[in-house]
Amino acid sequence: MSAKVITITSGKGGVGKTTATANIGAALATMGQRVACIDADIGLRNLDVVLGLENRIVYDLVDAVEGRCRLSQAMIKDKHIPDLYLIPSAQTRDKTAVSPSDMIRICDELRPDLDWVIVDSPAGIERGFKNAIAPADEVIVITNPEVSAVRDADRIIGIVEAEEKGTPKLLINRLNPEMVKQNNMLSADDVVDLLAIHLLGIVPEDKAVLISTNQGTPITLDNKSLAGQAYQNIARRLMGEEIPLLDLDKGSGFFNRISSVFGSGD
Amino acid sequence: MQAQEIEIKGIKNGILIELKDGEWEDQKDALLSHIDDNLAFFKSARIVLDVGDRSLKSPDLSGLRNTLSDRDVKLKAVLSTSLVTERASQDLGLEIKLDESSPEPEKSSINSMLDGDEAIFLHRTLRSGHKVKYQGHIVVLGDVNPGAELIAGGNIIIWGRLRGVAHAGAGGDTSAVVCSLDLSPTQLRISDKISVSPPRKGKPHPEIAFLEDGQVTARDWAAGK
Repeated sequence: MSAKVITITSGKGGVGKTTATANIGAALATMGQRVACIDADIGLRNLDVVLGLENRIVYDLVDAVEGRCRLSQAMIKDKHIPDLYLIPSAQTRDKTAVSPSDMIRICDELRPDLDWVIVDSPAGIERGFKNAIAPADEVIVITNPEVSAVRDADRIIGIVEAEEKGTPKLLINRLNPEMVKQNNMLSADDVVDLLAIHLLGIVPEDKAVLISTNQGTPITLDNKSLAGQAYQNIARRLMGEEIPLLDLDKGSGFFNRISSVFGSGD
Repeated sequence: MQAQEIEIKGIKNGILIELKDGEWEDQKDALLSHIDDNLAFFKSARIVLDVGDRSLKSPDLSGLRNTLSDRDVKLKAVLSTSLVTERASQDLGLEIKLDESSPEPEKSSINSMLDGDEAIFLHRTLRSGHKVKYQGHIVVLGDVNPGAELIAGGNIIIWGRLRGVAHAGAGGDTSAVVCSLDLSPTQLRISDKISVSPPRKGKPHPEIAFLEDGQVTARDWAAGK
């Protein structure tokens, strides 16, 4: 058994790389897969917070790379899901503390005991990004339906292709179906049309994501959330299942249903 | 000795290294062992590598860049007379010229005297950050996305969408044209005239842009016209 290494990247910051890493990792783990999430954003540690594991960190990625601990000591077990592990980044160092070959070595060491290794890339196209994509078997580019994020995604796709990592897959995050309907937001079709790569999934805008991120519980554990379902579907697609895209209009229908419940209470 | 096959010069903002003829792998190993022997000198250095006419692909260059960065040496630019190497360097975000301060000389570096009708054909999506410069014509089968840039001494023909920047007749040829199935460039330049495309009305259709009375003008591009 050998794990598949997936790197999640975007170019632009703040589009949801870390949230996607946590949720795809959690969704795969709830399906019985053995998963490690690596935070490759050295110096700007985040993934531990999103997974709610910040108070359990003893050793980090840089400690493992520099031999101050065994790799297994830097793997933090998730508190909700068995077989989900986090390898946190160091907060006190910077990207030069790790090299692309270090990342390849770490991932190769993880492969035999796991099914998936998910690497959370830092924003940008510099050293940290190069570190993150070096070990990848597959790259997922995440973007928001906004022009600047799509432009950066396009650049990233070009670089990933140039690094001979194959054509990445696309994840569109924070799509607001209402705004698309009113022509105030790029539609998923617009984005796919421009980037011309395979669409892995669409995650709708959902306030519950922010709340779950702050609480350190991945949204995908919440079956009522549409964003959570979207992440579950993405995980199933990664497992090779054919799952149709969520009908996001049903999402507004869902909220309508809630408001109609409140309405009928009057 | 190996070190003699490598020529090293100090330049304004880094170190220029010229690789001599010979197998790439051998030259690369020679370079790395030279750096290993002089680690203190090369520490934190920015290197400009002149590879001559070698055709190198992205993995060759990215491999070298990663190996160098393991030694705390930054590969800043790769100079080459090979178009393949230049493109691979650009894809990796490496510079391909020594002089980065003035973008203007581009114009003069393009020879306006075309030898026959040379053209390059690109069958791919040109993405943000891609830059293609050629002294003849450029033909693209695919889209040119925002943030991509085409500069041709001659004409530019795009069987796809143009949403990036296109510069035809960059050497001063005022008869150059730009054609695309969907002409929605960020900016369009012909010779020394610059224009931006007006917001699209209706469905996209093939158009041809050319200079008319010193103005960039676009017209429907259809058979028989």
